[in-house]
Amino acid sequence: MAEATAVTEAHAEEHPTTMGVSNNKMGMWALIGSECLFFGALISTYLIYLNRTNGGPGPEIFDIPFTSVSTFILLMSSLSMVLALSAIQEGDMRKFRTWTLATALLGSTFLAGQFYEFTVFVAEGLKMDTSPFSSAFFLLTSFHGFHVAFGILLLVSLWAMSLTGRVKPVVHAPVVENIGLYWHFVDIVWIIIFTVIYLIPAG
Amino acid sequence: MADSTTTADSDAHHDHPGVGQYIEIGAILALLTGIEVALFFADISESVAVPTLLFLTMLKFVLVILWFMHLRFDHKVFRRLFFTGLMLAAAVFGVLQVLL
Repeated sequence: MAEATAVTEAHAEEHPTTMGVSNNKMGMWALIGSECLFFGALISTYLIYLNRTNGGPGPEIFDIPFTSVSTFILLMSSLSMVLALSAIQEGDMRKFRTWTLATALLGSTFLAGQFYEFTVFVAEGLKMDTSPFSSAFFLLTSFHGFHVAFGILLLVSLWAMSLTGRVKPVVHAPVVENIGLYWHFVDIVWIIIFTVIYLIPAG
Repeated sequence: MADSTTTADSDAHHDHPGVGQYIEIGAILALLTGIEVALFFADISESVAVPTLLFLTMLKFVLVILWFMHLRFDHKVFRRLFFTGLMLAAAVFGVLQVLL
């Protein structure tokens, strides 16, 4: 009986398209595709203004060892996200909650690191209005940070809802997968930012 | 209708990698990041370091989208949606580099 209810709930939430794929997942991929364009424009703008520092600090200000640790943390959050997905697919809610919370905590650590990094940059004279370079840098990295913050909000909501029983094992795995897709997208954007914005210009 | 519903349900997680494979991919990603950082601090010419860094970045990008985002296993329509966005982003990048 309980299984029948679960299947009914799953069907109620998963509206298939004529291609036989989930509408929600299709919507998430469409969002991710459009976000590629958004971040593509921001990264292009940064590269165009890379040398326009107006005599202020340039890429030499970046603390590569610090950013490397942040990058590692965000990468590992992608791993914990897939482990959370795997757990809910197998119906193990204890593991699911642990990995979901771990992902949110790793994301929060990354954000805290970014906030600290910005504070240091501002103290060293790199402010939003210092130069076209600084404006493009802060705009790009802040927008990425907002995406991480939104992802954390989704993960914490998921975790809290699982505590109250509103996120059910197996049935809600597609919801977790969609949130995971968003989280991994935020990660792949940072993979590019780390090399193109930090490593190459500062080298 | 029944068929499409079944496909949609199975689409959610069929053929996805197991925990062991996820951990392997995570370890490879960590290793590649380590190599990137080591390359940054290594005393090698820019003409070697930059293409290598870009290659390693592309490798990490591909690993995440194919395994963690399941593009390798999922319906091809998702791949098309993603690569359309990616190609448009590349076009924007190309046009801006030429014009400005």
